[in-house]
Amino acid sequence: MTEKKIRILVAKPGLDGHDRGAKVVAAALRDAGMEVIYTGLRQTPEMIVNAAVQEDVDVIALSILSGAHLTHFPAVLELMKEQGIIGEVLLTGGGIIPEGDIEALKEQGTGQLFGPGTNTRDIVEYIRNWHEGRS
Amino acid sequence: MENGQEDHGMGSEDIRHNEERWREEVRELDELKARFMTTSSEEIDPLYTPDSLGDFEYLDELGFPGEYPYTRGVYKNMYRGRLWTMRMFAGFGTAEDTNERFLYLLEHGQTGLSTAFDLPTLYGYDSDAPDSAGEVGRCGVAVSSLEDMEILFNGIDLDQVSTSMTINGPAAILLAFYAAMAEKQDIPLEKLSGTTQNDILKEYIAQKEFIFPPEPSMRLITDTVEFCARRMPRWHPISISGYHIREAGSTAVQELAFTLADGFAYVEDALARGLDVDDFAPRLSFFFNAHNDFFEEIAKYRAARRIYARRMKEKYGAKNERSLLMRFHTQTAGCSLTAQQPENNIVRVTIQALAGVLGGTQSLHTNSMDETLALPSDTAAKIALRTQQVIAHESGVVNTIDPLAGSYFVESMTNRMEAEAEVYFDRIEKLGGVIPAIEKGFFQQEIARAAYRYQTEIDGDDRVIVGVNRYVEEDEKIEIPILEITREMHDRQIARLQALRERRDETAVSASLAEVRRVCTGTENVMPSLIEAATNHCTLGEIVDVMREVFGTYREPAMF
Amino acid sequence: MVSEAGNHEALIAGVLNGEWRATARAISIIENSEAGRVEILSRLYPSGRSGRVCGITGPSGAGKSTLVDRLASHYRGADERVGILCVDPTSPFSGGALLGDRIRMNEIVLDPGVFIRSMATRGSRGGLGKAAREVISVLEATGTEQVLVETVGVGQVELDIAEAADTVVVVLVPESGDGIQAMKAGLMEIGDVFVVNKADRDGAEGLRIEIESVLGLRTGREWRPPVLTTIASEGRGITELADAILSHREWLEVSGEGERRRRSRIMSYVKEIVQDALAASLWEEGGYRRQLEEYLPEILEGRRDPFSVAEDILAASGMLESLNRDSD
Repeated sequence: MTEKKIRILVAKPGLDGHDRGAKVVAAALRDAGMEVIYTGLRQTPEMIVNAAVQEDVDVIALSILSGAHLTHFPAVLELMKEQGIIGEVLLTGGGIIPEGDIEALKEQGTGQLFGPGTNTRDIVEYIRNWHEGRS
Repeated sequence: MENGQEDHGMGSEDIRHNEERWREEVRELDELKARFMTTSSEEIDPLYTPDSLGDFEYLDELGFPGEYPYTRGVYKNMYRGRLWTMRMFAGFGTAEDTNERFLYLLEHGQTGLSTAFDLPTLYGYDSDAPDSAGEVGRCGVAVSSLEDMEILFNGIDLDQVSTSMTINGPAAILLAFYAAMAEKQDIPLEKLSGTTQNDILKEYIAQKEFIFPPEPSMRLITDTVEFCARRMPRWHPISISGYHIREAGSTAVQELAFTLADGFAYVEDALARGLDVDDFAPRLSFFFNAHNDFFEEIAKYRAARRIYARRMKEKYGAKNERSLLMRFHTQTAGCSLTAQQPENNIVRVTIQALAGVLGGTQSLHTNSMDETLALPSDTAAKIALRTQQVIAHESGVVNTIDPLAGSYFVESMTNRMEAEAEVYFDRIEKLGGVIPAIEKGFFQQEIARAAYRYQTEIDGDDRVIVGVNRYVEEDEKIEIPILEITREMHDRQIARLQALRERRDETAVSASLAEVRRVCTGTENVMPSLIEAATNHCTLGEIVDVMREVFGTYREPAMF
Repeated sequence: MVSEAGNHEALIAGVLNGEWRATARAISIIENSEAGRVEILSRLYPSGRSGRVCGITGPSGAGKSTLVDRLASHYRGADERVGILCVDPTSPFSGGALLGDRIRMNEIVLDPGVFIRSMATRGSRGGLGKAAREVISVLEATGTEQVLVETVGVGQVELDIAEAADTVVVVLVPESGDGIQAMKAGLMEIGDVFVVNKADRDGAEGLRIEIESVLGLRTGREWRPPVLTTIASEGRGITELADAILSHREWLEVSGEGERRRRSRIMSYVKEIVQDALAASLWEEGGYRRQLEEYLPEILEGRRDPFSVAEDILAASGMLESLNRDSD
């Protein structure tokens, strides 16, 4: 009689205040039956990983439109390693991230990163597939 | 007139009769969609007729250009007398990099400057602050000191050019940098012309680059309004902005209503300070978005002018004609651009820019095609500027004023937008005004809902975006040059800032910061103390730190 | 995730040691009814008697999260550890939830002495749910000196919070109609401490008087709830609130009311466990859900009535011979 739901943390790291995408994705994930912990703006890597541990989430999703993705994603990965949740928790996200940078970040350990124009259904499907593959 | 009305009455019976018959016939025809709607999801009728306008009084609703209620435009001869200012928003890397871009744009016929600052500057952090990590020079230019400001405007005559600065939380400080720079060059403040965005309300509502709580933020804004009214008569101290509200996902009506509500909140704050409405209102300016839906956008600008003039006259008792004019800057919608097939963005920008011009804008920024990928490259920025020049000189739309007036569709849409904005004004008032509505998350929720609806329409293919959900090119390779922000730019900025800290007179710095603290704690106008602090090379971050201690910081309300 | 007995041993030890990662995992196991749930709960139970569970409830927009944030900071100032549970409703349409309480808790999110967990009500029909009560018991078992449970005071939730918490703080703000709304929603019945937050707003004093006068009508009770004023965003009135919560706790012990509540809570908890186990064994393990489905057409067509079907099922399972037809 399990009621397992996918739990996902949606956060805006750094100074970037453009939260339209984060909120739209959060609402789409909720409507896909997931439990979304929305931490809001100005999150440091420490806040993000700390929340991910306490909330025992399956997925961390970051939205970055400011161009600072090469700073924030690796910082979060580093702390995930420290906390021993890397591999167990998926780090994904989106924003204005050039193709080359996406590849570099995936090599460092992030999952898929989504650019502008992504259908939210694709994001939902990606997370569901990842989750099914894991459990 | 009597006669004319009777004729019109007779005619409208006829028209109504024929219209009903026509509608019956059209209902039988197949249509491509169940529902035709605007970008803002407003349903649109197949046809608009005189009946759509009801009791339409030309002089009450439209009047003449440059005359109340200014629906047709704020100037008598509009673009026949003077084209809009072609003002391209630019900023990246260090002050040197952006200065180079400024000179490039001026050389290619741009007529005003518009500065984009990086996120640390927008939040009042110095480039070398820990919070600035990864963000220096990325979304705009890094300006931490008077020295940075001087490099940014190197080789540009401050008394010749008009400069717009997109800065909000720390706007008073950046304005002080600009003023201190002019004073050092012996240019009187009276001669400076330009705009500080300085619209904190829309930051809480949409853009989210706030620092202090609403109350001290409003005080800082009113201080700049007051200072400019007294000392910088050619400066627009505030540009009340709907642009970011729209970018955050609002509808056109929400953009219109929330922006005007913000504007009226500033007016009321200045009135409460004891200023006379006619002392400051002529210097207020606005800033709107130009989205894809051509007629909806044009109607929005026309409704905005009319609502503003009516309220300023009737509610706030403005007597000076210039207090009734809503002058505005327009920027094409960044959020409408696609990363897919980016060249298509040139076409979108053209349509949007045309709407801005037909809507009677005073200045215009056209987005570059590569903005969903990175900051604009030189070439992309030039094409965007050329787009404006083609509209101005080749399309012929500047020859006559407000050419769409009298269109049944455009007029009824203008009326509808005005009425819907009034409904929002009532709702905001019931919540206790703009600031309480912000604290309750009212605007934020309205916008988030509209944004989600829009995305759901695209995801469900109810709304077509070319290259995104239709006419998609699989395995598309994006091949346009992308501007890179290098490590070298970052290091150069940090080195300069640290050298400045070594070099400056520390005694003067501490004295200036102490004075800023004293003034912020009290009630006198902050501007003179900020100009003094800027002159003595206090950095942006140092000044904001003092203010943060006095004013506190703001956190967004929970929105769900 | 694979659950092994050894994992639970380490997990239980971790929770008892106040380790947040173990606590977070244990909570998930309970929320998801994963294997190991009963073992974890029964092993943690004896340690979960802190008596310091404070429920914070009120209408949305009352500033509860900010109040929790500041109250937790206050406790941290006294070097007490704080466990926080924020419960929000699950969307009845999608089964998903948006949990946004952390947004307002920036003051404490990085404090290692604070554990914050967001929880959706899931299948608990608008109430707080058994899972939430069990999660509270896990937080108590970590040995944190303070447990704060934030809920939106609507529907069934506030009755459940009164059952689960030792002290209930009802937060209201001076807004048109809020006082009346609160009374309608039954919040006045469950509050042990009342807070008028955003007390710098117009109407705060009016609301305070309104609450006082309604409480004056609550006769025959020993505890007279204090009505406090706070401005949570500025941290004002927080010390007084902490003092009032403490006074209520002391009263619970001195008056014997705490003992009475504990007894009643244990009674209903054990009954609930038994009922759930019986229901599960009957419907799922016993396979009677299938049998009921087979009967459905007969009931629909009017050939049988629900009572006789129930009797058949009970008799077949050996649980009961027949329904007591004299009872209601």
